[in-house]
Amino acid sequence: MGAGPALRALLSHWWRSPLQLFTLLVGLALATALWSGVQAINSEARASYGAAAAQVDQSQLAQIVSNNEQPLAITDYVALRRAGWLITPQIVETLELNGETLRLIGVEPLTAPALQGSFNIQSIPVDQFFDGSGFALVAKGREAAIEALGWDYNVAPNLAQGTAIADIGSVARIAMRGDTLDRLLVLPNNMQDAAALPQSLRYIAAAQDDGDIARLTDSFHLNLTAFGLLSFAVGLFIVYGAIGLAFEQRRTMFRTLRALGVSLRLLITLLIAELLIFATLAGLFGILLGYLIAAALLPDVAATLRGLYGADVTGTLQIRASWWLSGLGMAVGGTLVASIGTFLRLARLPLMDAGTPQAWAHASRRIMGIMGLLGIVLLAVALLLSSLAGSLVQGFLLLGCLLIGAAFLLPWTLDRCLAVLESISRKALPQWFWADTRSQVPGLSMALMALMLAIATNVGVSTMVSSFRLTFTGWLDQRLASELYVTLESADQADVMRRVLADDVKAFLPIVSAPTVLNGQAGEVYGVNDHATYRDHWPLLAQAKGVWDRLQDPATAIINEQLALRAGLSVGDPVPSAEGQEIIGIYSDYGNPAPQMIIGEASFRALYPEVMPLRFGLRVASDDIERVTQTLINEVGLSPNAVANQARIKALSLGIFEQTFTVTAALNILTLSVAGFSIMMSLLTLAQMRLPQLAPIWALGVTRAQLGRLELIRSVVLALVVTCLAIPLGLALSWVLLAVVNVAAFGWQLPMFVFPKSYLILAAIALLAALIAAAWPALRLARIAPHQLLQVFSSGR
Amino acid sequence: MILDAKDVHKSYTVAGSRTDVLRGVSVLLSAGESLALMGESGSGKSTLLHLVAGLDVPDHGKIMVETQNIAVPSDTARAELRRSLVGIIFQQFNLIPSLRVDANIAFQAQLAGRYDAQWCAILAKRMGLSDHLSKYPEALSGGQQQRVAIARALAAKPALILADEPTGNLDEDTAQTVLNLLLEITRETDTALLMVTHSAKHAGALDRQLTLRSGAIN
Repeated sequence: MGAGPALRALLSHWWRSPLQLFTLLVGLALATALWSGVQAINSEARASYGAAAAQVDQSQLAQIVSNNEQPLAITDYVALRRAGWLITPQIVETLELNGETLRLIGVEPLTAPALQGSFNIQSIPVDQFFDGSGFALVAKGREAAIEALGWDYNVAPNLAQGTAIADIGSVARIAMRGDTLDRLLVLPNNMQDAAALPQSLRYIAAAQDDGDIARLTDSFHLNLTAFGLLSFAVGLFIVYGAIGLAFEQRRTMFRTLRALGVSLRLLITLLIAELLIFATLAGLFGILLGYLIAAALLPDVAATLRGLYGADVTGTLQIRASWWLSGLGMAVGGTLVASIGTFLRLARLPLMDAGTPQAWAHASRRIMGIMGLLGIVLLAVALLLSSLAGSLVQGFLLLGCLLIGAAFLLPWTLDRCLAVLESISRKALPQWFWADTRSQVPGLSMALMALMLAIATNVGVSTMVSSFRLTFTGWLDQRLASELYVTLESADQADVMRRVLADDVKAFLPIVSAPTVLNGQAGEVYGVNDHATYRDHWPLLAQAKGVWDRLQDPATAIINEQLALRAGLSVGDPVPSAEGQEIIGIYSDYGNPAPQMIIGEASFRALYPEVMPLRFGLRVASDDIERVTQTLINEVGLSPNAVANQARIKALSLGIFEQTFTVTAALNILTLSVAGFSIMMSLLTLAQMRLPQLAPIWALGVTRAQLGRLELIRSVVLALVVTCLAIPLGLALSWVLLAVVNVAAFGWQLPMFVFPKSYLILAAIALLAALIAAAWPALRLARIAPHQLLQVFSSGR
Repeated sequence: MILDAKDVHKSYTVAGSRTDVLRGVSVLLSAGESLALMGESGSGKSTLLHLVAGLDVPDHGKIMVETQNIAVPSDTARAELRRSLVGIIFQQFNLIPSLRVDANIAFQAQLAGRYDAQWCAILAKRMGLSDHLSKYPEALSGGQQQRVAIARALAAKPALILADEPTGNLDEDTAQTVLNLLLEITRETDTALLMVTHSAKHAGALDRQLTLRSGAIN
């Protein structure tokens, strides 16, 4: 009983303070939008992987392939089946139909794992599937391509984008494959030993958890989630600030309500109900905004995941319960968490004590001290973790301790700085200015923390991206030293190429590789000849003396950084492979998740005599590139696709790389905007509460315009101090990302570069944001009607 | 008897030092009767008023308002008794700034489930507020705000009105007008009034006077 009028009274505050309501709702909506947007991207991408994994699975099953990069013969399959192997054949053909690319997978319907597990087999017209007239299960969006083949089809929503599955016989006919197969998938129940395979066949173990695409993409999503969470935290700071201020403004009302007969329990229940209403409304609006953000960013994420990790993501967004429910849950949960402090204060609110702003300031100062202590503890933990952290979880824990610790310490640091300024000021107005600024720190602390986190994130991520860009560009220059890269069809064609281009090409560098097992994972071994290109360009991170002279020795090898870091190897150790060569060098190999090893060309030939060199890097004078390309096409008979220009590959690689960080850059900008918004709203809200402090100053002879200008200066000074603290924090964040999180997530470490000019620009943007944020409240103050200031002195107050 | 407070004790401990604010105070008040509670600052007047209002609980003693013991430990129970038995008028008015005058007047009556629109309109008219009903409290003078507070306290037709220096923030003329109105209506409605005041003149206008000194009745 009595809840209705009390709720109306509580809500009437918001009706009379629409700006504050707007702050609360928008803060919460933005926080939810950033969080749910990121979750939408993640869930869409994961759903796409799920679809890819549900198709004829390759990464989770062992495979048998030919040892010479040639197709398998159907007789190999028959022989293995007779020997008791539980295997299923597969061929994959990529077709261009009606301007669409279709990845057509031929499977043996009765044994293929995808058809057993992932689709409703009853829905497949079995007769049609087998009788050769053509039937396919096709992913949504490729129906026209199947129709172009004249086949019947069922749409299978679980299939990865651009894929269709059909009977292996039908696919073989379309692809004119005769009696050849691409691979044999080893079914889980197989009991045969890989060692019993004939020499001509190679057994590739199933991908391990440590090195597969899922892990890499998980890291990518973890990064996104971390940024989403950070943005959400920034939004929650706004909510916390808005709820806290609303509490202070309604302190007298709470006391009156209690005095008029509203019990504490009812009051808290009503306040929770009020917040739940707001959280639900703002959360729903935030989810809508998040959907728009995700829809705008998803194509870039899809391109990144496809380009870097080969993971297929549709690029179009669906509304999935998982992310919108999590968004709503975060909005409601976050609001309740942000309001716990307020409810605790309300529960302890003395009924007879005339709570004053001064009392609040004292309480806030005490809280500031406690937060400062907690901040020091968290930073100490971060320091400890910086030398111990080895896993992703520890890396993110370190990030969390660093950021939250620094944020908690900020109000106390600001308070101390301002106290010093106050003590060294001799004139009355500056002294009042610093003291007054200091008194505002508790009210502004949440917004300032949000600003510091946003700037630090911006510095951290931009340092990481720029360091990555510098390193990656340099690495591409080293790795792609040859001017042209060609893929030939036969050894005869290689002979023709060498003969025709003998005078035009300075060096033919064969690129030969074979699959192998390194450190228990599927990897690749390459053979290189002894040429100055490698000596001059190959990006070695660590090396023994005379590495290139010694590499042609069969007992030596160089390995990629990923393998070295994962297996804890360094120069001088043996390679964890069958041959166990001595490691004489470690090279950087960005973008490749798998372990890799390079040995001398002669050693490679001895180990893999059946592998013919069909790919070459050609060293050509820059003026001759176009002519040599034409010769390769016209005289050697290569298709244009078989000749790759170094510049084109670099442009493509850099393009993929740039897309990788589009999402984080966008989130950075959004987070900074949210922080700027937070400052503006806090200043606006505080402005109303500050009249009792400003009115006497005005009465003593400081004009309203002067007060307005001082407000602007105050905002810029605070933003300046925050920026000065945020930049070193951002650099520390960047170091953690590069030296801890990146190593744990991707297996390679990057050197860190510092970019003072971009930090200065960022600082200028932050100061400008603070100036813009303060402009409105300052203008309002400069134009405030004198009677409003006079009211402060009236008896009614 | 509307108010029957017997042997009420209350003490506070501040910074480790115990202060006995009320030491065995007893007060009786019947319907329609008005009592002025006087005494120096710190004598315990406001504390007694707060205890009678159920805003706090005594350490010892019994406080009956009508037939209900308001000195119960449960905050919820005291809140329910407060909203239906007692009307409070504060020195600082304590109106709800975000509600219009009419909503402020009706507030406690609605809370107690005793809202009577006609009675609220009568009160508003008697208090000279009829032309200000759609305004927010900030637009009213101090005297008008206090009249809103009196109307709010009377709207639920409580048995007892507690007024904590209701004229303390008003000029002499306004204070006299407000006091006259308060006495007039409480007498007409047979409502008991317990009023804390420093003014001997205002106290003299009430039926009885009681002076507290160091927590005890002088």
